[in-house]
Amino acid sequence: MDYHDYYKTMGVERDATQEEIKHAYRKLARKYHPDVTDDPEGEKRFKEVGEAYAVLKDPEKRAAYDQLGSNWQAGQDFNPPPGWDEGFEFSGPGGGDFGGSAGFEDGAYSDFFESLFGRAQAGGGFGRGGGDFGQSRDTHAHITIELSDSYSGATRTISLSDPEVTADGHVTTRKRTLNVKIPKGIKSGQTIRLAGQGVSQGSRAGDLHLEVDIRQDDRFRIDGSDVYMDLPVAPWEAALGAKLTVPVPSGNIELKVPANSNQGRKLRLKGKGIPSKQPGDFYVVLEVVLPPADSEAAKALYEQMSNEMAFDPRASVR
Amino acid sequence: MTARNPKPLTGKLCDDSDEITVVELCRICSVDEDLVGELIAQGILDPVNHLSGRTVLPYSSVRQTRTVIRMQRDLGVNLAGAALALELIDRIHALQSRMRR
Repeated sequence: MDYHDYYKTMGVERDATQEEIKHAYRKLARKYHPDVTDDPEGEKRFKEVGEAYAVLKDPEKRAAYDQLGSNWQAGQDFNPPPGWDEGFEFSGPGGGDFGGSAGFEDGAYSDFFESLFGRAQAGGGFGRGGGDFGQSRDTHAHITIELSDSYSGATRTISLSDPEVTADGHVTTRKRTLNVKIPKGIKSGQTIRLAGQGVSQGSRAGDLHLEVDIRQDDRFRIDGSDVYMDLPVAPWEAALGAKLTVPVPSGNIELKVPANSNQGRKLRLKGKGIPSKQPGDFYVVLEVVLPPADSEAAKALYEQMSNEMAFDPRASVR
Repeated sequence: MTARNPKPLTGKLCDDSDEITVVELCRICSVDEDLVGELIAQGILDPVNHLSGRTVLPYSSVRQTRTVIRMQRDLGVNLAGAALALELIDRIHALQSRMRR
């Protein structure tokens, strides 16, 4: 198990005041909140910050954590020494700031945290099977798919942990996995509603609402149903025209670049965007890449163009 | 409940062409009708008023409601603050998608 340096996570000194810790938490929570951030690591960071704050904001937990010593390095192998928590009175993992449990579902705290302070109670939260525990029988989960999954449809396995009350009144989690069909043509922000796959309590099982997002792919940009791709081309391919093979999410397609194309020219492949009854279009945006003048032969070719072509690239700015 | 390679489940694809009632939204998000009323009053949720007088909401209200609950819980913002944050996030997304074209 890895040691977690909660002070480092919060970016505060070990002797920080409770007020400084609260201040640091609020700033970091705003920065990394999964609803706010674009950072792909945001959700992970948000959870780390929430866990660090759950310990440092509570004077008893903080004191217990502190007496583990300051010689530990983050990531160092760690096991709590026997009797490490003697003399401290904290009970259970506790929640986050602002009254609720900050964005955590069961199991969201690290093993390190759980070895020290016990397991978190099930609460609402992000990710797989964040259970709105209690009366609600509908549950929510989130899945990230590839763009190619939307082009062709796919099947994905998701893991859920549902909160459950045991006969003696304790809350535990029940793990289950579901195989779910990802329909062709699905777009980011859409939800797959699976009837009867929520938590069953009483007579009727609730529904599972599976929010779907498409993973960012550096090659493609998605705008609604349309997909854009920058395609590097050589100057002669743009100038003379060319037949090129383009890797679109559904496979390779042949593309004809018309002669006299220029940098930034958009070529539309009708209906090759995200499929649906009204499929989107696929746009190839030409990006002319200059070959380097790094050999005598290449330099000679550029010089020949310079001498023989009456070309003024700055005609429009004169 | 855990099974190996069970037949894949097919769900219903929901987007804004799907409408839900206030009661349904309350059940889906575990919130009470008062909160939904406040979300509508803040302009966070946009109800579709049918001629019959029945108030229905687009399915995207589920995501919006859950986002507001999380922001309240995790960041301590009030509803007006959450409304502003959602508005700004929408604007950022619109700008990002304009940049992408």
